[in-house]
Amino acid sequence: MLPASFNAVVPMLCAGAGALVVMLAEAWRRKGERFPMALLAFIALAATGISLIFLWGRNQVSFEVVTADNFAVFVSLIIVAAGLLTVAFSTQVLERDGIPEGEYYALVLFAVVGMIMMAMANDLLVLFVGLEVMSLGVYVLTGIRRDNLAGIEGAFKYFLLGAFASAFFLYGIAFTFGVAGSTRLDKVAAFLAAQSMTGNPMVLLAMGLLIVGFAFKVSAVPFHMWTPDAYEGAPAVVTGFMSTGVKAAAFAGFVRVFLAAFEPFKADWAPALMVLAAATMIVGTVVGVAQSHLKRMLAYSSIAHGGYILVALVAANQLGKAAILFYLATYAITNLAAFGAIALLGSKDSARDGLHDYAGLWYSRPWVAGLLTVALLSLGGLPPTAGFIGKWYVFSAAVSSGYYGLAIIGVLSSVISVFFYMRVVVMMYMTDKSTGAAPTPVRGVGMVALVVTVAVILYLGILPTRVLNLAAASIGSIF
Amino acid sequence: MIPLGHYLIVSAVLFAVGSAGVFMRRNLITILLSIEIMLNAVNLAFVAFGRHAGIVDGQIIVAFVMTVAAAEAAVGLAIVVALFRHRESLNPDAFTSLKW
Repeated sequence: MLPASFNAVVPMLCAGAGALVVMLAEAWRRKGERFPMALLAFIALAATGISLIFLWGRNQVSFEVVTADNFAVFVSLIIVAAGLLTVAFSTQVLERDGIPEGEYYALVLFAVVGMIMMAMANDLLVLFVGLEVMSLGVYVLTGIRRDNLAGIEGAFKYFLLGAFASAFFLYGIAFTFGVAGSTRLDKVAAFLAAQSMTGNPMVLLAMGLLIVGFAFKVSAVPFHMWTPDAYEGAPAVVTGFMSTGVKAAAFAGFVRVFLAAFEPFKADWAPALMVLAAATMIVGTVVGVAQSHLKRMLAYSSIAHGGYILVALVAANQLGKAAILFYLATYAITNLAAFGAIALLGSKDSARDGLHDYAGLWYSRPWVAGLLTVALLSLGGLPPTAGFIGKWYVFSAAVSSGYYGLAIIGVLSSVISVFFYMRVVVMMYMTDKSTGAAPTPVRGVGMVALVVTVAVILYLGILPTRVLNLAAASIGSIF
Repeated sequence: MIPLGHYLIVSAVLFAVGSAGVFMRRNLITILLSIEIMLNAVNLAFVAFGRHAGIVDGQIIVAFVMTVAAAEAAVGLAIVVALFRHRESLNPDAFTSLKW
C-alpha cells in the first residue's frame, strides 16, 4: 500500500495509470484485434471519481504542494464527470470518424491528470506543470484528425497562443518567486500579508503576467482569439471536453492563486478583472449573434460564460465564491450535453455543424432535438434549467458586493444570448425537413449519456439547494 | 558581482525579442523558436532570483521548465509537420480555412 502522504495524489495516479494501460494496450494490440479501450478509460475515470469522493472532507495534503481540500475535490469531480461523459459520447463517434481509439483515450486521461493537478496545486510550479500536462494533451486532441485541415489548423492556433500564454504565466511565476522567495502559495500569501508591499511594481507585474496567462486559458477577451478556431476545428466530442474541463481547471487555479495568495492585493487586481469580465461578456454575446456555424456560435457562448464566472470571481463574497463552483458545474454539464448531441448527430463526411443542418431536426430525430433544446435553454439561462440558477447566483453576488455595472452588463448580455440559442431551437421545430441526408441515429451509450446530462440539468435547475450548499461549504472554509 | 537588475534587464529584453518574433516572423518554425526564447528568458530570471536570494530553488525550477519546453517543442513540431503535409507551406498566411 501507498504511505498516507500519497493520499492526495491517488486520484491523479488512478487516471495516469489508466492512461498508461490504454497506451500499452494500443501498442501491444495485434493488427485487427479489438480491445475495449473505452471501457478501460471508463474504469480508470470511475476509480478516480471514487478516490475523490473518499478524499472529501479530509483535507489531505501530499508533499506539501498538492492539497485535496474540498474545493479541489469539488472541481476535480466536475472534471472527472466531464471525462466520463466524453468517453461515453466518444464510443460511437470514434468508430464512425475513424479516430484512433488508443491515442484518443490515453490523451483524454492524461489531460484529466493535468486538470486535477491544476485544481489541487498549492504551488505555482505544480500549477504550471499541471497546466502544461493538460494543454499538451488537449492540443493533440484538437488536431487528432490529421487528414482534416481545419482540425490541424485549429490545433496549431491553439498551440501557438497556448504556448505564448504559458510563457507569460511562467514569467509571472518568476516575479512572484523573486518577490516572495518561494513558489508555494501559502508562503507567498504569508509573505504578502506580513509585509506592506502595496504598490510594489514587481508584485503588480507578477499579478499582471499571471492574469494574462490565466485569461488565455479561460479565454477571456481580449485573449480569446484561439477559442473559436480551436473549438470549430476540433471534433465535437473534444470541443465538449476542452470547453468544460480546461475551463474548470483554469478557473480553479485562477481562484486559488488570486483569492488565496494575492488576496491582500484585491484592490489592484479586481478592477483589471472587472474590465476583462465586462469585455468578455459583451464580445462573447455580440459576436456570437453573428455566427451561422453552430460550433463557432457555442464557442462564443462559452467565451461569454467565462465572463459570468469572472464576475463571480470579482465579487468574491461568500455568495460569489459558492456561485463560481456552482456555475462551473452547471456550465460543464450543459455544454457537454450540447456538444455531445452535435457530435452524435454528425457523420464522417459532414460534421453537421452549420445552423441550417438543424432545420427540421424535430421531425427526423425528436428525442435528440428535445434533449438539445433543454441544453440550449440552459445555456441561455431560462428557468427551470441549471443555467438559470447559476446566473441568478452570479448576478446576485455581484449586486450584493456593489458591482451594479457588471450585473447590468451580465443580464443584458444574457438576454441577447437567448436570441442565438433560440434561433437554433426555432430552426429545429419550425422549419420544414431539410433536404439533405437524415442525421445519424443516436443510440446506445451516447443516448444514455445524453439523457443523464439533461436529467442533471433539470435536477440542478429545480432542486439546486443540495449542490449549492456543497459548493458553499467546500469553498467557504478555504478562502 | 553583477547586480540582480542587470540579469532582469537581459531577461526582459530576451522576452520582448521572443514575443516580437511570435508576431512578426512569417515562418512557423521561427515562431516556435521565438517561444523557446521567451521560455529561456524566464529561465534566466529564475536563476537570477534564486542566486540573489541564495537559494537553490531557482535552478531546480529551471530543470522543470526545460522538461516542459522539450515536451512542448515535440508537440509543436508534430503539429507543424501535419500542417505542412496539407499545404506544403510554412507561411502562417497560407492557413486561413478558419475565420472569425
